[in-house]
Amino acid sequence: MKSLTKMIAGGLSAVMLFSAAACGGSSGEAADGSSGQKVTLNVWGWEPLLKDVADAFEKENPNITIKITNAGTATDQYTALNNAISAGSGAPDVAQVEYYATAQYALSDSLKDLSEFGAKDYSDFYTPGPWSSVNINDKIYGLPLDSGPMAMFYNKEIFDKAGVTSAPTTMEEYYEAAKKIHALGSDYYITADSGEPAPEELMIWAAGGTPFKVDGENLTINLTDDAGTQEFAKWWQKLVDEGLIDTKTKRWSDDWSRKLNEGNIASLTIGAWMASMLDDQAPDGSGKWRVANTPTFDTKATNGEDGGSTLAIMSSTDKAEAAWKFIDFAAHGKGVKIRVDKGQFPADKASLSDSSFLTKTDPYFGDQKYNEVLSKAADDVNTKWQFLPYDVYARSIFSDTAGQATLGKITFKEALKNWQDQLVEYGKQQGYKVNE
Amino acid sequence: MTEQHPENPRPRGEALTAEDTFVRKHRRNWRGWKFVGPFAVVFTFVFVVPICYALYISFFQKKMIGGEQYVGFDNYSRLFADEQFWSAVGRVTIFTCVQVPIMLALAALMALAIDSMKLHGTKFFRIATFLPYAVPAVVSTLMWGFIYGSKYGLVGSLNSVLGTAFDVLSPDTLLAAIGNIVTWEFVGYNMLIFYSSLSTIPHSLYEAAAIDGATEWQIVKKIKLPEMKGSLAITVIFSIIGSFQLFNEPSVLQSIVPGNAITTYFTPNMYAYNLSFMGGQSNYAAALAIVMAIITMAIAYIVQLNSMKEQMK
Repeated sequence: MKSLTKMIAGGLSAVMLFSAAACGGSSGEAADGSSGQKVTLNVWGWEPLLKDVADAFEKENPNITIKITNAGTATDQYTALNNAISAGSGAPDVAQVEYYATAQYALSDSLKDLSEFGAKDYSDFYTPGPWSSVNINDKIYGLPLDSGPMAMFYNKEIFDKAGVTSAPTTMEEYYEAAKKIHALGSDYYITADSGEPAPEELMIWAAGGTPFKVDGENLTINLTDDAGTQEFAKWWQKLVDEGLIDTKTKRWSDDWSRKLNEGNIASLTIGAWMASMLDDQAPDGSGKWRVANTPTFDTKATNGEDGGSTLAIMSSTDKAEAAWKFIDFAAHGKGVKIRVDKGQFPADKASLSDSSFLTKTDPYFGDQKYNEVLSKAADDVNTKWQFLPYDVYARSIFSDTAGQATLGKITFKEALKNWQDQLVEYGKQQGYKVNE
Repeated sequence: MTEQHPENPRPRGEALTAEDTFVRKHRRNWRGWKFVGPFAVVFTFVFVVPICYALYISFFQKKMIGGEQYVGFDNYSRLFADEQFWSAVGRVTIFTCVQVPIMLALAALMALAIDSMKLHGTKFFRIATFLPYAVPAVVSTLMWGFIYGSKYGLVGSLNSVLGTAFDVLSPDTLLAAIGNIVTWEFVGYNMLIFYSSLSTIPHSLYEAAAIDGATEWQIVKKIKLPEMKGSLAITVIFSIIGSFQLFNEPSVLQSIVPGNAITTYFTPNMYAYNLSFMGGQSNYAAALAIVMAIITMAIAYIVQLNSMKEQMK
């Protein structure tokens, strides 16, 4: 389905350019809406809860009207955004941007540095993972909206049947569990991965890897020698070689959710937001699924982030004051509670340690207090991780290169080297000084 | 555009004066433009301008650091050394060489079968085989994707009945699977083109052949097949262009098959799409588009030249 939406979004983006350009014409408006003049903010985002936030915001700020446009989800919106940026007009004032894409837009000067509004004072407000993703070279490029610290969602019924009595906490235990689960039958697997950036790139993050370093125009791309990356490669190689991972089922495909539903895929390492989505993907799994922390690669608890996004202000806007008011409301003020109450996974410490949040239970997870686990997952995130300034592209070619390892024709080591080679070449083409 | 003689109806039969001739000439020119105008405007804006623009931007390079600059033929020289591009071209070439003959042979057989007038329900058959052409490629690919599913699809059901573990969507057979979808989509379309050229053959020819004692096979060989040659050239060109531009089917399948089965450079069009929209390299993608256009045009031209030679014989 994703490609379908991609195409629709492709068409829409063209339309959007015209309609947004038409809206951008009213430049006589006051910058912050406080002087009594009306301001209309164009916000691009796919998060449905933004609508609720906007309604509440408009009530408090009658002079500012929020116009939310869904320009497609994630990469589809980036396509539209790239078009608008290169066209020089039609870009929104505020855009929802995922953490992994933030660096790309920040370093190309498309996003406004929020330090001038005092955003740096918020560093203790947010959890470490999201904050480290918006804090690039000591500038703040967005306010974290939600987060997706990784956790392991597992089907306890299948685990029990296989004789795995407690959730694996280390990769060693994960490997043993994988063997036991596959022993249940040839189509039972501990997890599925057909060579995709999620989970693979994220497992590298969770393994404590720091393959990418960005310092202005200097990049370091070191997948081949980075300890965390190689630790991941070692374990994943072992699991794939022994046929313990389902390497044929793509995430989010129809087969994938059916296999989750029927227990053929017994666990997922995925962002915490999956807690509110798993019942859609696997409705028959009600009461069977539980949440545990991501298995660690060594004894030290480290974790990665899967998804999550920020609200950022485009540098091209002439309504920065009003835009700041809105994102401050949405991501730091009252908007936080509105979204968290409706099930969004928070990116701020206060919500994560709130007792009503922590004690929340769900019959789907057998009345487990799953947020306790997810809250710990947020604390454990490896904050040394950095995204490439072209991570959107890097992920798009992941399956071409690194992802080929799950086909079994080349090793993970070689496959990761292929990814590295292409990333280095691309970086050089884009004018970076790249060290390997 | 002002006219010298706005309304000057000349009574019938009156001799033409020199002035009249001048006016008529002038008027004819102007009328011609009026007819061509709408087409010319649309043609210029949706065809000529985009191609010129693509050509223009293909001489530039945009960097995240350093901005946009003129690079001459750099994009082209990079393209000629780009293994991924050539592997994509190679893939669609193989696809064309295998899928197009199969599809056209099937289409020709169907057209001959319908034209033989020995079948019942030919009208239904004609519509039924043409129907897939009316289904959007995205929809038919999704549909086939579900049929191909090795666990929950039709293939999966066959597997469980026969006890096999056949996986059509594995990287080794994927291209053939896509070929099957494309054949299904376009066989009816090509069949109609063949059929229409068959239906122009006058019946007296068949009667004459029957009187001369020709067998059915001889009629096919001596009358029908030669008649189909002209339409064969058209269908071959259409099909070659179509398969070199393969995009929809693999692109939709990407969300169904394993993540690593369809690369971003699976076909030249997909490569251009990814370069442009994920990699922010629209300049390089423009160069790719120009080169692909030239390759496709060259092949189409060669095919046409050959078929013209055939017809001259």
